[in-house]
Amino acid sequence: MSSEQQLKLFEVFVRSKRGLDHKHVGSLHAEDAEQALEYARDCYTRRSEGVSIWVVNSSDIVASQEEDAESFYDPMDDKPYRHATHYQLPDAVNNM
Amino acid sequence: MSQFKYSEQQLEKAFQARVDAEQKIEPKDWMPEAYRKNLIRQMSQHAHSEVIGMQPEGNWISRAPTLRRKMVLLAKVQDEGGHALYLYSATETLGVTRDELIEALHDGRAKYASIFNYPSLSWADIGAIGWLVDGAAIVNQITLQRTSYGPYARAMVRICKEESFHQRQGYESLMVLANGSPEQKAMAQDALNRWWWPALMMFGPHDGESAHSAQSMKWKIKRKSNDELRQAFIDQTMPQIEFLGLTVPDPEMKWNEQRGSYDHGEIDWDEFQRVINGDGPCNRDRIEHHKKAHAEGAWVRDALRAYESKKRQRLAA
Repeated sequence: MSSEQQLKLFEVFVRSKRGLDHKHVGSLHAEDAEQALEYARDCYTRRSEGVSIWVVNSSDIVASQEEDAESFYDPMDDKPYRHATHYQLPDAVNNM
Repeated sequence: MSQFKYSEQQLEKAFQARVDAEQKIEPKDWMPEAYRKNLIRQMSQHAHSEVIGMQPEGNWISRAPTLRRKMVLLAKVQDEGGHALYLYSATETLGVTRDELIEALHDGRAKYASIFNYPSLSWADIGAIGWLVDGAAIVNQITLQRTSYGPYARAMVRICKEESFHQRQGYESLMVLANGSPEQKAMAQDALNRWWWPALMMFGPHDGESAHSAQSMKWKIKRKSNDELRQAFIDQTMPQIEFLGLTVPDPEMKWNEQRGSYDHGEIDWDEFQRVINGDGPCNRDRIEHHKKAHAEGAWVRDALRAYESKKRQRLAA
């Protein structure tokens, strides 16, 4: 195994503008978090795409699986009353 | 920071310039200590209100008149718990812990919306709370989507989106009562009578008397004044009251053609002060209940920690 393969994988999140959420833009290899931040700057914000970068160890990300979607989200489908459109109000007061 | 007086002034200037330019302040930015404190106060008060607000509504879950109303009320109360979580988490980005926030609630240093110190006496109150209390909260929260602190603003966007059904379900439920038997209509009127004034008090004291308003406006934590928001709420709600065929419990309420707004009677500020300072109908109950629920939930938190440490030991072995 070459030493390059042993570099840790980092996920990169960029905030494009103040006030907006950081968005996942991709990942990269780096020897530590500080380096990852610099590589991310060079790699993902060459055209001023962002005002702030987060890097996170990929191994620290715990993700739900799409195959689990059924048990994860199914109960939500039969709860239409969680949506505003479920309540029919007359036009006179319908700007709520 | 204190040994570089000049540079702190510069920082403060740059901070205010950023706020003035409608840019958001983010957690890792330098910010004046007073800004941080003011935000912690307001955001935690907002979070506490979501949590304490679950009590008057939770009171009726087991007695909702139909299964549909029960599911709706459950979903709403569940939302309020979720909204508290968003707000507590956003507050924690300012360097304060959840435990500290809860402690401040329990020992009375932190406040919550005084309206939740009123009892929910009849089923009609649940409709009135959704319509008037959530309605008033939404008027306030819509403007807070543009508050200067990024995490707070983003939490508000999510909350406003989710809350759009809260007010509508309340109004829909009151429509049923207002169009029902004379007794049902009387229930709706009684609920309006009791919740109207406390709802107006939710916007806080008049602008001139509000302790934190001026500084909060300068920092763009608050975007509209208490009186402006209250007026907007009254103007949007009056036609809704008329549509229900109910009467607003304010003999001085009158449309002012010139202003294009309603003139209204004065709020009982003595009552407001009394309730906010702990002497409302339910203040003690609300906090006692929260303390009890928090203490009774301790074993769950302990169990989570025990499970986590066991899992870690197993992995290490």
